[in-house]
Amino acid sequence: MLTDLTLAAARDGLRAKQFTAAELTGAHLDAIAALNPALNAFITVTADGARQQAIAADQALAGGDTRPLLGIPLAIKDLFCTAGTRTTAGSRILEPFVPPYESTVTAQLLRDGAVFLGKANLDEFAMGSSNMTSAYGPVTNPWTRADGKKLVPGGSSGGSVAAVAARMAMGATATDTGGSIRQPAAFTGLVGIKPTYGRCSRYGVVAFASSLDQAGPVARSVEDAAILLGSMSGFDVRDSTSADRPVPDFAAACRRGVKGLRIGIPREYRSDAMPPEIEALWQQGLGWLRDAGATTVDVSLPHTKYGLATYYIVAPAEASSNLARYDGVRFGQRVAGHDLTELYERTRAEGFGAEVKRRIMIGTYVLSAGYYDAYYLRAQKVRALIWRDFTDAFAHVDALLTPTAPSAAFAQGENMDDPVTMYLNDVFTVPANMAGIPGMSVPAGLDPAGLPLGLQVLGRPFDEETVFAVGAAIERAAGFTHMPAIRAGVPS
Amino acid sequence: MSLDPATIRRVAKLARIRVDDTEVAQLQTELNGILGWIEQLNEVNVDGIEPLTGAAQMALRLRPDVVTDGGLTEQVLANAPDRAGMFYAVPKVVE
Repeated sequence: MLTDLTLAAARDGLRAKQFTAAELTGAHLDAIAALNPALNAFITVTADGARQQAIAADQALAGGDTRPLLGIPLAIKDLFCTAGTRTTAGSRILEPFVPPYESTVTAQLLRDGAVFLGKANLDEFAMGSSNMTSAYGPVTNPWTRADGKKLVPGGSSGGSVAAVAARMAMGATATDTGGSIRQPAAFTGLVGIKPTYGRCSRYGVVAFASSLDQAGPVARSVEDAAILLGSMSGFDVRDSTSADRPVPDFAAACRRGVKGLRIGIPREYRSDAMPPEIEALWQQGLGWLRDAGATTVDVSLPHTKYGLATYYIVAPAEASSNLARYDGVRFGQRVAGHDLTELYERTRAEGFGAEVKRRIMIGTYVLSAGYYDAYYLRAQKVRALIWRDFTDAFAHVDALLTPTAPSAAFAQGENMDDPVTMYLNDVFTVPANMAGIPGMSVPAGLDPAGLPLGLQVLGRPFDEETVFAVGAAIERAAGFTHMPAIRAGVPS
Repeated sequence: MSLDPATIRRVAKLARIRVDDTEVAQLQTELNGILGWIEQLNEVNVDGIEPLTGAAQMALRLRPDVVTDGGLTEQVLANAPDRAGMFYAVPKVVE
């Protein structure tokens, strides 16, 4: 089936004229028509535009064009502004918003010939770990459990991963502020990488927490993720924190091997509460890397346990500032009021969901007069200590290996009793955002219920190449070929 | 520290989010739960530590102070909920 191909295999097949881009895109649009009503992975499907892009790709292919993503159908997280296509950020407040401009990341994907199938569902403003906070409804994980309960795909990039896992798209863009690429990738048996802060431009990506937000791809293989990241990366004058560095050949790094690398095992990531299958998989992953020629070394990241609490000051503080722009005046939904203040307050009360309001209020409080030093300034100092932990560790090791998440995918409605329970999902992923370092989740095995589990590879700033080398080594050793029950071509 | 109902209302006012009286109690429980959990940061010794504002380990770039864009009035106003000619329209602010 065309929809089962990796992105790399589809690219080769298109160049070899084994099938056309129109056929490839058509197969994915058929899969979306069949599966999206049940999975709700897409908020907006751009079928007509995708078909036109595919026809143009076929014409280019006939002329010998070899752009890296020519004719490859992708899903775009609905946080990336797409010119002329509605961009909601999963929020009611942006329901009518049609950007007049294109984000840099999606512009680069289009430059390289990609076909856009539509806009993928997400937690509202990327705030969540389950995709349950989307104003456009939850996304269902294409992986299933014996008890038949609908599972979450993780979040916030839940639509992106559900689309790729169910073979409705060959890859997808995603973003990661505290784990929103890596945790959903782990929950759906996919590869997801959050590159170094500054690697992908934030221009045109709806802002959540600007010092943490970073774009990256999700895909069904490490090489596919490398190909996508290569197109997404690069310096952009329109993002003041964009890194002015050359983009390495990430795909070549996948073939490097790990011989001679030193892999750190952060002891603070171990806890008695960790399910035994996750601890066992972690040990298995370390064994695979040793078998491939790496050495493993115990390291300490002493401030790991404070990562989440630090995050829940820094991220809401930045969010409360970034989301101040949604005032019902310049764009988005407006709710009328007798005066301007009432217009603002009603617009924001009706336009934002409960989780977004909580975070804006936490952020407003920790930045307010009298509390700034006690909360925000202290959190920034702890953030410096977390960064120093990683810097110290990377003086001795080339990469770190940890579990991606403390559990496999949970059921819709679980972990919703209080906000903090949901936040704990990101305990292993948040530190990389605090320090700005690259992190990848690679599918490595199944839990006893048959659900995928991921291992996380963390690397030095701007050394994604080592992360790809280690991720590819785990992929080769794990031989993860399991597929979700709900996917293209499987009768439901 | 714990937020009382008056503080919840004050923060909601600062955030320009309308909060009904019926919502105050639930917000109070949720926000106090989050802030109580965050209190663990008080046990970290941060003496002499410089705060880290961002993950980009670099100085912000400078650029020439020149106009690079503009003349996009219609595009800028295309998403306005209400407009009057070339302007955004809002309820009367000055009597």
